[in-house]
Amino acid sequence: MNYPKGFNNFSQKVKSGEISCCALAEFYLSNIEKNKHLNAFLEVYADEAIQQAKKLDKKIENCEKTGRLAGMFVGLKDNICYKNHHVSASSKILEGFESLYSATVVERLLAEDAIIIGRLNCDEFAMGASNENSAYGAVLNYFDNTKVSGGSSGGAAVAVQANLCTASLGSDTGGSVRQPAAFTGNFGIKPTYGRISRYGLLSYASSFDQIGPITSTIEDMALLLEIISGNDEFDATCTQKPVEKYSEINKIDRKLKIAYLDNYINSNGVQPEVKEKTYQIIENLKNKGHKVEAANFELLDYLVPCYYVLTTAEASSNLSRYSGLLYGYRSKNSIDLESTFKKSRSEGFGDEVKRRIMSGTFVLSSDYYDAYYSKAQKVRRVIQNRTKELFADYDYILNPTTPTTAFEIGGKTNDPIAMYLADIFTVQAPLAGNPALSIPCGVDNNGMPIGIQVMTDLFNEKHLINFAKYLCEEIIK
Amino acid sequence: MNSKYEVVIGLEIHAQLLTKSKAFSGDRAEYGNHPNTNVSVVSLAHPGTLPRHNKNAVEKAIKIGLAFNCQIERYNKYSRKNYFYADLPKGYQITQFDTPICKGGFVKIKLKNGTSKKIRLTRAHMEEDTGKSIHDIEPQNSLIDYNRAGTPLIEIVTEPDIRTGEEAFQFLTEVRKILRYLDVCDGNMEEGSLRCDCNISVRPIGSSEFGTKVEVKNMNSMSNVKRAIEFETERQITAIEKGEKIAAETRSFDALKNLTFSLRSKEMVNDYRYFPEPDLPPLIVSDEMIKQIAKQMPQLPEQLYEKFLNNYNLGSYDASVLTETKEIAAFFESICKTCSNYKAAANWTMVHIKGYLNENALEFDDFKLSPEKISNLINLIDEGKISNSAAQKVFAELINHPNDTSEIIAQRLNLIQTSDTTELEKLIETALNKYPQKINEYKSGKTGLLGLFMGEVMKLSGGKADPKIASKLIKDKLEK
Repeated sequence: MNYPKGFNNFSQKVKSGEISCCALAEFYLSNIEKNKHLNAFLEVYADEAIQQAKKLDKKIENCEKTGRLAGMFVGLKDNICYKNHHVSASSKILEGFESLYSATVVERLLAEDAIIIGRLNCDEFAMGASNENSAYGAVLNYFDNTKVSGGSSGGAAVAVQANLCTASLGSDTGGSVRQPAAFTGNFGIKPTYGRISRYGLLSYASSFDQIGPITSTIEDMALLLEIISGNDEFDATCTQKPVEKYSEINKIDRKLKIAYLDNYINSNGVQPEVKEKTYQIIENLKNKGHKVEAANFELLDYLVPCYYVLTTAEASSNLSRYSGLLYGYRSKNSIDLESTFKKSRSEGFGDEVKRRIMSGTFVLSSDYYDAYYSKAQKVRRVIQNRTKELFADYDYILNPTTPTTAFEIGGKTNDPIAMYLADIFTVQAPLAGNPALSIPCGVDNNGMPIGIQVMTDLFNEKHLINFAKYLCEEIIK
Repeated sequence: MNSKYEVVIGLEIHAQLLTKSKAFSGDRAEYGNHPNTNVSVVSLAHPGTLPRHNKNAVEKAIKIGLAFNCQIERYNKYSRKNYFYADLPKGYQITQFDTPICKGGFVKIKLKNGTSKKIRLTRAHMEEDTGKSIHDIEPQNSLIDYNRAGTPLIEIVTEPDIRTGEEAFQFLTEVRKILRYLDVCDGNMEEGSLRCDCNISVRPIGSSEFGTKVEVKNMNSMSNVKRAIEFETERQITAIEKGEKIAAETRSFDALKNLTFSLRSKEMVNDYRYFPEPDLPPLIVSDEMIKQIAKQMPQLPEQLYEKFLNNYNLGSYDASVLTETKEIAAFFESICKTCSNYKAAANWTMVHIKGYLNENALEFDDFKLSPEKISNLINLIDEGKISNSAAQKVFAELINHPNDTSEIIAQRLNLIQTSDTTELEKLIETALNKYPQKINEYKSGKTGLLGLFMGEVMKLSGGKADPKIASKLIKDKLEK
């Protein structure tokens, strides 16, 4: 039996008993088995999934009330904690580590009867854009196994792409949900900073990190976002603003003001099909009577440097807890406290993580703090202010999510700077705190997916979802 | 001490705030629990955990700021101080760097010569404590107790205003007294809930530049702070006299040998890479919050001292003894609610009650008798119903029978003074008959013998005779 993608396409049939959770569980588990070569899952909770499915089926049979996610099988990026399950951030330093608690988002999924089906490969500590920095190897793009999945939430994107689970949760610091979503033809969101609790998300850069779903439909995105958002006493950076009903998607009934950043789209290295697709969407929007204008974001060149100074600084401190002392990997070659720290970290972390810890330590060191960290903080404020100004004038900003479609595995691994520059279109949203959604909008000449990114004002997720649905149904053809 | 030199001392005091939970998590913050039981995923820095604000710790920090005359910071940022050590699970300490919650302020200390001196404070900021490394239980291993990790601290930093070990001692005494009055810290230096580091340098008198600063740690009592400063002063002066250079270093105090020894040089300073804590948004302290806290402030020792001098007409010695702790002051004031003999209330509190508590190693909180009982006792004396010496017997008995009244006990012990003159006159007759010779001596001018007769009368009455009446009657009889 084959089940369609998109929870919204079959959830009613689960509630009515027409589709059993057990059948769904078997379907996903066999897909996972068939697609092991993709390397999307680090661990599959097969037995638990079947047990949970049986329980749910019994509930449905007995006409008991079930949660809104009954029948949804969710994969978790391997940096989100699930009580009594391993979590490793795809790093050797946390090999074998079991979390003693569940992330707030996981609690909320479980409360609505979602079934957690496994944990998903990612770049080590979410640092990367191709999933090649995982201690457990790259994730292959389902559409072309020689291409990357994108990253850092590569496993989360490919698992949904290949229908190995209904949806997944990733985390986005500089594009880690949106970029792999774009590379795999999925929806992926970086919500407003503070919209979703980070409690239970292994921190990479605290003032940037947000958990975001990866889904195959906009309806699933809306539903998951609605369920996992909201205030949490365990995360002081989480907002108390009430959560709107994202899942009740409204029609667009007015003419919108939309900007596209011309210097983004025309910057070097943007693939022709990506550019073409973007301009086509712009044209279609204009034809519908919306006001679509080119705006200039003159800070483009500062985005990536500012992002890397600040995120590496925070990461260098956030990752200090992985020291071989209380949990995780401890070097067998250590003889005292200092060598426990040094050797455990040297042996436990991968190259990219070490590179970022060292960069971050450097930019925070007393001799360079003013020149780098402090300056980058000021630049971030300028970016925030400029972004705010844009949203005083426009409802949405449209851009390609990525300059290119998924690239070759191994294509950029020797050039970290080229890899960093691939983040160019995705880092503005986390630098400014704004929400941004990547929407699949077609394929390039090789059949690889292209994503269009819509960014909007802070906490405007409700309208963002409405607009995304409109784009999917009436604009993207 | 060599009079050519001046000692310059600044103190850094770490006080654990008495909150139920830790600074940035819901873990219990208690002393003396079984090792590693007051911990959670948050205080052990498990992956994915985040800190959160403890409003109670902030309120206590503000109280301290108000008591020490500081300016209260409205926009409180937290920062991370990054370093690796076994007792620091996160690999960084959450502290305040550029926005300490208290700025400026001062503490007034009383010097031995009767004058007072203001010690200025630089700042006081909030931070979290570390765990505790224990090196002396297992020979090969260090053990770590994380119960303390995350306990809220306030670090109080003084300006270099202190000049002697005695001043440091007085300053610490005053700070501890105020912290205890505020009920924000139990001030136990032995247990480490109050810790003090000293920065000491010496310079020739008249010099405007400071000498090289030496930091001294590990003094677990106030008298050790004094001793360490005194030793360190002598050591530095002797070295300078010999033409040696003082090394910038951290030293530790050895209380048994009464000396300081070098721990580490300060030449290689740690780069702590302070930066704003991204997991905690800045905490905004509103005027309203400060107003609310100001309303809850207890009377402080200095205010009470003035009040005791002016409202109760006590002398300065009595007033300072009675303001040593909040509890003794409160007890004294409670007695005064129902007793207008303030001097007697002061004496009873300072001498008899405190003496009893000291002998039995008790605190005022443990004292079973209510202030009203003491006030009744004093009133019995003042009404002439019992003598002072009888009152002490009543007091001792009262402690064993706290539910009885003083009067009932005095009756039971047969201590109610006799003012019945016919009864007394009989006793006086008997007493005088014992000493016919002395009566003649008295009459020829040795009036000091009155004491002898009084003693005899008191003895015969079993202490119950009202001394005033008895002495009058004896005089009348002898001078007839």
